[in-house]
Amino acid sequence: MKPASTAPVSNLLTNPVRRRAKPDGVKIASFIALIVTTFLMLLPLFFMVSTSLKSSREMLRFPPTFFPESWSFGNYMEIFDTLQFGTLYKNSLLIAVVTVLGTLVSSALAAYGFARYRGRGNSFWFMLLLSTMMLPYPAIMVPQFILFSKLHWIDTFLPLIVPSFFGSAYNIFLLRQFFSTLPEELFDAGRIDGCSEFRMWYTIALPLSGPALATVAIFAFIYSWNDLLAPVLYLSSSDLFTLPIGMSSLTSSRFRIPPWHLLMVASVLAMVPIVTLFAIAQKQFVEGIVLTGLKS
Amino acid sequence: MTHRESRRQTFYMYLFISPWLIGFLLLALYPILSSLYYSFTNYDIIHAPKFVGLANYNEMFHDELFWKSVTVTLKFTFISVPLQLLLALGFALLLNQKIPMRGFFRTAMYFPSMVSGVAMSLLWYWIFNPQIGLFNYILSWFGIHGPAWLMDPDTALYALIIMTFWTAGSGMILFLAGLQGVPASLVEAAKLDGAGRFKTFIHVVLPMISPVLLFQLIMGIIDSFQVFTQAFVMTQGGPNYSTWFYVYNLYTSAFKEYRAGYSSALAWVLLIVVMLFTAIIMKASNRFVHQEGGGRK
Repeated sequence: MKPASTAPVSNLLTNPVRRRAKPDGVKIASFIALIVTTFLMLLPLFFMVSTSLKSSREMLRFPPTFFPESWSFGNYMEIFDTLQFGTLYKNSLLIAVVTVLGTLVSSALAAYGFARYRGRGNSFWFMLLLSTMMLPYPAIMVPQFILFSKLHWIDTFLPLIVPSFFGSAYNIFLLRQFFSTLPEELFDAGRIDGCSEFRMWYTIALPLSGPALATVAIFAFIYSWNDLLAPVLYLSSSDLFTLPIGMSSLTSSRFRIPPWHLLMVASVLAMVPIVTLFAIAQKQFVEGIVLTGLKS
Repeated sequence: MTHRESRRQTFYMYLFISPWLIGFLLLALYPILSSLYYSFTNYDIIHAPKFVGLANYNEMFHDELFWKSVTVTLKFTFISVPLQLLLALGFALLLNQKIPMRGFFRTAMYFPSMVSGVAMSLLWYWIFNPQIGLFNYILSWFGIHGPAWLMDPDTALYALIIMTFWTAGSGMILFLAGLQGVPASLVEAAKLDGAGRFKTFIHVVLPMISPVLLFQLIMGIIDSFQVFTQAFVMTQGGPNYSTWFYVYNLYTSAFKEYRAGYSSALAWVLLIVVMLFTAIIMKASNRFVHQEGGGRK
């Protein structure tokens, strides 16, 4: 069964706001404005890819060439020598995947508790949850650091992945909104069949929440993949470094001239998992945004 | 609800929310309270904290670098957040029409938002390079000789502001979702009443999407109070402290100078400012933001 509110998604694609068929001045102007802005938006991306394939000498020429004169595919090997790119990539992937799993399980549990049970204190804790959405990480990073250092977790992945197993406010909120739309009858039926509460969570609620869970997974992955501040605080051995730490060293003064072509190679490669995720889950993601974003 | 049923509901609610609840107590509430305590001490993480009263706060308010970081962060926020929202809304309105290649435009606008974090900082580090970068090259098409951007204290912060416009696509997606929720019948009705495009937008569409606008405004402000990556990767807070963001200042005093007490005071000021801003916006929004009547569909 599909929740009723998927209707706006199809509207997004098929249902125009206005029905007039003849193109008018505003539309033509809009089209031209869109062409120009899209061109400007895509230009940096185009140069990111083309620059990543230029030789280090061609890089320094002004004006920049649109296409590489000689295609230096070797740049994509060079990055593995300059940075320990393989190790960085592996560490970041490992942390991101575990973080996504932790966020999904813990946030879905908490969201289900908030959405399905009218226990005492429900609205109090929910308000508290909403207010932690506004809690800036930098405001708690120092005492958290002290806490984790007392646990001897410094220079391990633990401070980066363990917190995800305690849910994240935004994702709990998003999932709660979704779980609230699931029809009561489903759970009544489950109860009659003698399902335990926990079983209803994973046999009824979770399978119906594909788009919402996909959205949470994407958010969690991107957050972890891009996070620079926490890894910089906690990791000091270079074989534990994450991709953002490694990449940020490319602008350091250790290079007399920044290795521009490698900056772009690293950026392109860092984008690959995110673009892949979107390609796989794009439809679900847009649905998830529509379903939950509207009610924010 | 019977007494037994109500107890059962309470039991299962706490059971399910316990992961979050434990996390909240250990990883949010405890740190917040302990940093309040640390903020009144002299503490280097290794030796025991020593109580110094309000000395940290006193020092902060007399510290030029603190005020510099406040100015930089506020300036960045007040310029970049409204402009980015305006751009995102503009793109969303353009795309909310029946226009050829809509799907392509939408994807293309959103695509830059996938290059966030350090990758984006590296890309724009090159774009803003005055000798070989893309930005001044584009300006040269119009006969403009561009400034030194990140290398000039007068322009570095503006460069970082311009960079935020590039990711307006993620806000655009949220606005598009909001615009889809505006009933076509309302727009038609306004038209029949003789309202032009502009009037329809101001009196019908804008009130309907105001909750999305409010959400993005608050989140945008909170996010830009926390800028760190750009400062760390692109400018190291320079040149001449022109991009010395609040969180970069906090990071430096905590993890370069090992002043946990002083940086806890910085953290508390950040916390209070964020809460204050949120409260003011929420309060102001009561008058402007359209609340959806009735319950859920």
